Amino acid sequence: MLRLLSFAVFLGCWWIAAVLAGSTKLPTPPAVLNVAMTEAASGALFLNVGVTLARVALAFTLAITLGVAIGYLMGRVRLANRLGDPWLILLLNLPALVVIVLAYIWAGLTEVAAIAAIAINKLPATVVTLREGTRALDYSFDEMATVFAIPRWRAFRHIILPQLAPYIAAASRSGLSLVWKIVLVAELLGRPNGVGFEIGVAFQLFDTPRLLAYSLSFAAVVLVIETALVQPFETRLTRWRLRAA
Amino acid sequence: MRLEVDIAGKAYKSASGKRHDVLAGIKFSLSSGEVGVFVGPSGCGKSTLLRILTGLDQDYEGTISRAQDARIGMVFQEPRLLPWRSVEDNVRLAAPLIDDARLSELFSVLELSAHRNHFPGELSLGLARRVALARAFAVEPDFLILDEPFASLDKALAVRMQDEIVTLVANRSVLTILVTHDLDDAVRLGDRLFLLSARPARIIANISVPAPRSVRGEAEIAAIKAEIAQWTNGGRAEQRPHGQ
Ligand SMILES: Nc1ncnc2c1ncn2[C@@H]1O[C@H](COP(=O)(O)OP(=O)(O)OP(=O)(O)O)[C@@H](O)[C@H]1O
Ligand SMILES: [Mg+2]
Repeated sequence: MLRLLSFAVFLGCWWIAAVLAGSTKLPTPPAVLNVAMTEAASGALFLNVGVTLARVALAFTLAITLGVAIGYLMGRVRLANRLGDPWLILLLNLPALVVIVLAYIWAGLTEVAAIAAIAINKLPATVVTLREGTRALDYSFDEMATVFAIPRWRAFRHIILPQLAPYIAAASRSGLSLVWKIVLVAELLGRPNGVGFEIGVAFQLFDTPRLLAYSLSFAAVVLVIETALVQPFETRLTRWRLRAA
Repeated sequence: MRLEVDIAGKAYKSASGKRHDVLAGIKFSLSSGEVGVFVGPSGCGKSTLLRILTGLDQDYEGTISRAQDARIGMVFQEPRLLPWRSVEDNVRLAAPLIDDARLSELFSVLELSAHRNHFPGELSLGLARRVALARAFAVEPDFLILDEPFASLDKALAVRMQDEIVTLVANRSVLTILVTHDLDDAVRLGDRLFLLSARPARIIANISVPAPRSVRGEAEIAAIKAEIAQWTNGGRAEQRPHGQ
C-alpha cells in the first residue's frame, strides 16, 4: 500500500516536472507509456530486455562462481593471498570503462568480450567479501568435522558453505546492482542489441521518450527481480537466525 | 582397540613468545570396554590432552598409539552444534547411516524427542549438551571422548546419561575417556581414575576400580572417594598448606 502511494507521488512529480520543462526535455508519463507500448507490440522491447537479462545472468553467475572460489582460496591459503592481493587491488580500482574498452579491443566486439568485461568488473568485490567470510569461519566446526570424520565434500557443503552464505548473499546483492549498471555501458559501447544499445540510439537521436521507455522498463524488470527473487532467497538462507537483520 | 599414551610434554607458545607448559607426564594405557576418567583442576590441560588423543593437535612430545581407523564420538567442552541445522540434522550430519529407530531411541533416552526440529539457538545449554551427547552416541563410536559432558545437567538426568554410557560400553567394545569435575560421576563410571596435578598436568594417581560398574555399591563408591580425597588433599598440602 505504502509502495503504491510512493509510486503515485513519483508519477505526480514527474508529470508536473514534464509540464514545466516541456516535452522535448521530459515527456509526460502517457507519452513514454505510448512508446513503450509500440516497442512492446513490435517485440523489440522484449527482445532487448531479454538479451540484456541473459548477459546479466551469465556475467553474474560467472563472477560469483569465480569470485567465491578465488576468495575462499585467498582466505584459506596464505600464499594465494600474497599472490592475488596486488591483482585484486589493481582490479578493484580499475574503472569499469577501461576494462570494457580493453576487452573489446583485445577480444573484438564479441559477446564473449562483453560478458567477460562485465564479470571482471564484478569479480574483485566478490573476492574481497568472500575472503573476509573465509577468514571469519569458525575453526571449531572444522575440528568437529575432523573428529567425526565427516568427508571433505560433505563438510564443505554443510559446514563451510552455510557460514559463507551471508557473505555470498552480500556479494550477490551488491554485485547484482553493479552488473545492472555496467551491462548497459558494455552494450552501448559494443553490442548491436540490448537495452544499452537502444539507449545509445535514442541518445544519438535525442529521442527522450524512447530513452525513458527503455530505461524505465529495464528499471521495472530489475525491481521485480530484486523483490521477487533476491529478497525471498535471502530470507530463506537466514531462516535459522532468530532475529533476521 | 588398545590405546597407549605416553606424552612427555606439551607446550603452547604464548603470543609474547613465552613457553607455556601444559602437559608434563601423561602415561597410561586403556583397552576397549574400559572407561578412563580424568579428574584435575581447571586449566590443568585436560581439554588439551583430549585434543591430542583425537589427533587434532599433533604438536607434542611423546607417542600415542591407537587404531587409526577407529570411529571417534566426541563431546567437546562446548556443544559445537551447527546453528543452521536442526537438532536432528546436526546428529545426522555426523551419523548419516543411523537408522530411524535408533535415532528415536537416543532422542527419547536423552529426552530430546520434543526438540528434534529445533535449531540450536532455541535450546538451553543443558539441552545443547544432550544433543552433543546424542551426536557422539549416534556414530556408534569405537572411541568415545567426553569433555565434561554432564555439566549443566541436573543430577537425575546426569545419572540417566551415565546409564546410557554404561549400556553403550557394555554392548559394544567402546573405549571411553571421560573428563569430569564430579567425583561421584568419576567413581560410578570409571574403571580407571587418573588424577591430574595443576598445570603442567602430570598423572599424580592412577586408581583402578575393580568392581564391575553394575555391582558398585554406595560403600565402594565412598571408599574410593575417600582414597581420592587423600590424594588430592595430600597434593594440595604440599603446595598450599592451608588449602584454598
Ligand atoms: N590454543 C591455546 N594457546 C595457548 N594456550 C592455550 C591454548 N589452549 C589452552 N591453552 C592453555 O593451556 C592450559 C590448559 O588448557 P585446557 O583447556 O586444556 O584446560 P582444562 O584442563 O581443559 O581446563 P577446564 O577444566 O577449565 O576445561 C590453560 O592454561 C590454557 O590457558
Ligand atoms: Mg577443558
